[in-house]
Amino acid sequence: MNARQSYEGVALVAPASTEYRRYSIETAHWWIATALRQALDVAGLRPADLDGLSLASFTLFPDSAVGLTQHLGLCPRWLDHIPMGGAAGIVALRRAARAVQAGDASIVACVAGDTNQIDSFRQLLSSFSRFATDAAYPYGYGGPNANFALLTDRYMQECGATREDFGRICVSQRQNALKSPRAVMKKPLSMEQYLAARPIADPIALFDCVMPCAGAEAFLVMPVEEAERRNLPYATIAGAIERHNAHAEDPIQLRGGWTMDIDELYAQAGCGPADIDLLQTYDDYPVISMMQIEDLGFCAKGEAPRFVREHDLTTTGDFPHNTSGGQLSGGQAGAAGGFIGLVEAIRQVTGTAGGTQVAGARRAMVSGFGMINYDRGLCTGAAILEGAGA
Amino acid sequence: MTEPLKSPPKKNPQLRTSAPTLPPTMRSRAAMGLTAAAAEGRFMLQVCADCGTVLYPARDACSRCLSTDLHWQEVSPKGRLLAETTVRTSTNLYFRERAPWRTGTVQLDVGPVIICHVHGDVERNGRVVLWNRLDRAGQGVLIAMPEQPTPNMEDDPQLRAMTSDPKHRRVLIADARSENAAAIARALKKAGAGQVFIGEAEAWRPNPMRAVLEDIPGVQILPLDVTDTRSVAELAGEIGGKVDILINNARFLRPGGALSRGDTVFAQQEMEVNYLGLMRLAQAFGPGMCARTADGVNSAVAWVNILSAHALVSLPELGGFSASQAAALSLSQSLRAEFRASGLRVMNVFIGPTEDDWHQPLPPPKVPPEALARDLVAGLQAGLEDVYCGDVARDLIERFRAGAKVLEREMTTGQG
Amino acid sequence: MSTLSELTARLATGAVQVVDLTHTLDPDFPVIVLPPEFGQCAPFRIEEISAYDHRGPAWKWNNISMGEHTGTHFDAPSHWISGRDVPNGAVDEIDPAMLVGPVVVIDCSEGTAGNDDFELTPQIILDWEARHGLIPAGSWVLMRTDWSKRSGAAYLNMKDDGPHSPGPTPEAIRLLVHEREIRGFGTECIGTDAGQGAHYTPPYPAHFTLHGAGRYGLQCLRNLDLLPPTGAVLIAPPLKIKGGTGSPLRVLALVEN
Repeated sequence: MNARQSYEGVALVAPASTEYRRYSIETAHWWIATALRQALDVAGLRPADLDGLSLASFTLFPDSAVGLTQHLGLCPRWLDHIPMGGAAGIVALRRAARAVQAGDASIVACVAGDTNQIDSFRQLLSSFSRFATDAAYPYGYGGPNANFALLTDRYMQECGATREDFGRICVSQRQNALKSPRAVMKKPLSMEQYLAARPIADPIALFDCVMPCAGAEAFLVMPVEEAERRNLPYATIAGAIERHNAHAEDPIQLRGGWTMDIDELYAQAGCGPADIDLLQTYDDYPVISMMQIEDLGFCAKGEAPRFVREHDLTTTGDFPHNTSGGQLSGGQAGAAGGFIGLVEAIRQVTGTAGGTQVAGARRAMVSGFGMINYDRGLCTGAAILEGAGA
Repeated sequence: MTEPLKSPPKKNPQLRTSAPTLPPTMRSRAAMGLTAAAAEGRFMLQVCADCGTVLYPARDACSRCLSTDLHWQEVSPKGRLLAETTVRTSTNLYFRERAPWRTGTVQLDVGPVIICHVHGDVERNGRVVLWNRLDRAGQGVLIAMPEQPTPNMEDDPQLRAMTSDPKHRRVLIADARSENAAAIARALKKAGAGQVFIGEAEAWRPNPMRAVLEDIPGVQILPLDVTDTRSVAELAGEIGGKVDILINNARFLRPGGALSRGDTVFAQQEMEVNYLGLMRLAQAFGPGMCARTADGVNSAVAWVNILSAHALVSLPELGGFSASQAAALSLSQSLRAEFRASGLRVMNVFIGPTEDDWHQPLPPPKVPPEALARDLVAGLQAGLEDVYCGDVARDLIERFRAGAKVLEREMTTGQG
Repeated sequence: MSTLSELTARLATGAVQVVDLTHTLDPDFPVIVLPPEFGQCAPFRIEEISAYDHRGPAWKWNNISMGEHTGTHFDAPSHWISGRDVPNGAVDEIDPAMLVGPVVVIDCSEGTAGNDDFELTPQIILDWEARHGLIPAGSWVLMRTDWSKRSGAAYLNMKDDGPHSPGPTPEAIRLLVHEREIRGFGTECIGTDAGQGAHYTPPYPAHFTLHGAGRYGLQCLRNLDLLPPTGAVLIAPPLKIKGGTGSPLRVLALVEN
């Protein structure tokens, strides 16, 4: 196998996030344009300066990335559309970085956004994948809640996790969210409230579930020289991995594709778990965050419940995790859920995170997880970002 | 143990009847293999012809060897429940109205991991056997059942939502003059049916079956002539709101094909009873039943046609009759489409020669009324769409599937 | 004043009454039941074509279907094998003059009250003639039994050995046809023959004898109790069906008060 080539010379700049709304009468086009404009404004660019576009969205129908170029007046020489949900950010980052390195594009905008109109989540679910249509939805139609309830049930049996353990993740993320101007959830969440919440799909209750909403996230990928010429704070990519349909033989997903590539990720980045200053996991449900904490090497398989008990996951704690509140407190704006941690990580390592800034954050790990095709998420990815820090 | 289902109270006439909703209907073409198997109550999964892998969910290529040579086969339905959840909220109306709903992940002994419905009596992480059933959308779904039967297991609300169980339901049997009416009525009562109405045509003509029918407790004989539009409409006007299962056993049969008869008189009567009779019943009773498919314990649930297996392929000795049966079969398929939105199920019971006057010259095996009644009620309890009752019907469908043209030639050359 | 003017004037004053001898065509009205391997007479059926609705916005109409021998009906000579070669034996060929004519009524209601298998015998006819005079040639002869007051199962009166209802003996019908040269014979029952008429020689003597001699039959009549024994006029024109062996019809009688 060829050795992985480094991502050196590539800068990630202009992290942009729209506000999130529970329901919106606007379209995905509107939300994507809003985030893109914000990123260009931060970088001092005009739309014509872009020559690459990477797009992730579920609700653009009947348009795709191509249609959006005409709609938004863009003329890219490199175009990508990434239907990978929670892994879209990492995958977009990897491909855009290689395009910039190869000279196929010089400034790539990576954008993800979706709208959430009344009933659009139900409609989105109903046509999500063939296996889901054939073999998951007819069984109670719990959507991702039911899928993750099954994983959580099995994880609790195998690893001895308790509801309180999952609650620790949710409660600390809410604490982080209260410091973020963008998070949808504005009220504090206590462990008592978490445990007393309305059951959704046992053992999952209300605060274990992300809230579908409308919003968009964006960042720009350009050569380091370009970022420096424009005097933009930037992050670099120390390493990045992705994997699809890993461990198909596991009867229930208790580990993700990260386990196949994590050693190479650390080798590429030249560091280990102890060198990571903050972690942004994909957190549509807390069980998945626990799985990532294990699979990304922060503790052994099955040890995450103990790990979250022994660590403070807030921005001021010893293991800052999902510093903007993640999706659990920030909301899940469709494909933007695959970007939210990455965009926040760029802010953190460039020292621009504002109220959620982790002191001395120089190296962040971001992880993505996406596409419950039938009984499990198929896409996994992770990246280590570095910056000048706070 | 399942809580035994209680007989429903009288309906509150001040409340609106719940409108029918359905579980998700969409399936890929491949996935409908499960539906085809469920229609007959068989447990089948896709198996790769090249490497033998048992596959689920249904697909178009083997996920082990990329072979596209996949076949639906009967495999062991046994496995273990690995994880479970109780869905308490859903964006789908059908499940939202029926929450909480227990589902789980089962690993079959033959390999695949299956998200399925879970019967209330299945123990946590217990051994299970999967049943393949039609849900109210008419699509095949899998439900994990305890390996050993449990008391009242048929009353589990999730299982009952998939079946056409006659327990506590009110049934109309169309023809009191049929040899099978009494056996069907008795089998229904034994299965816990509520009232059994039986239609009787031409009350001015003696009915030798009447005394036997009147002896069955809970049976009521009412005027109904499926060849008379007004008669059908009148009975529907009277009892249409309390028919939960309709069994169309009316049939007219005379020997002969086209040339051996030389006229269309019997053919017209065959069509009047066997084809137009079904249409009249459907037009009169169908709308009311479709409106009552979400009406609680005794909701409308199934429409049963008793058809000759020669609906599939003509028996030239009964050529005219076979044609009328083919017409009725075709109409039953149309009814499936027309009833679809309500979840009302059409079950066709295919029979070979029966023990009656018109089959008296034919050699055995013949279907006695009791066997027909037993298979019919079992079909309702399993929520089937197609029941092949008796050796001749089973033989015919097997040969029909093996090669319809070969079977046609066998029948038309007297080798049937 | 011409005869017809006088008739219409008397009709207008009620001095001549019109009596309807017809049952309503009704799907529930019994039809004759033959052994099941034989073809059967179709009962009356009615299907709505439209009723001021999407099927036809301003009009209502029905399709009807029935056998030639359904409800109150006329039997033409060609109905029976004995009459198959009779000239003008089909309903469309019958001389229209034959469709209006004198009628006499033989009241058998007392006898049939206690005997479902009551037989009209030559002696009864002769006794009737002793009171009312010889039956004129060319008359319709109607056998009053009050059977039309029955309905449903009692009307057909089917038992394990077949239906039981009154009718003429072979001798009686031969007397009427060959000696009195009647125009036709009518009953209130489902046939001109007795329910057990198959067991006479010849079987079904009324059908056999009447039609073999080119005479007509009327069945399922009612209101015979409103007719006088003699002196009324019967109007009984069947539908003009090409080659038809009979037809449902409206049977009217003109009765002088």
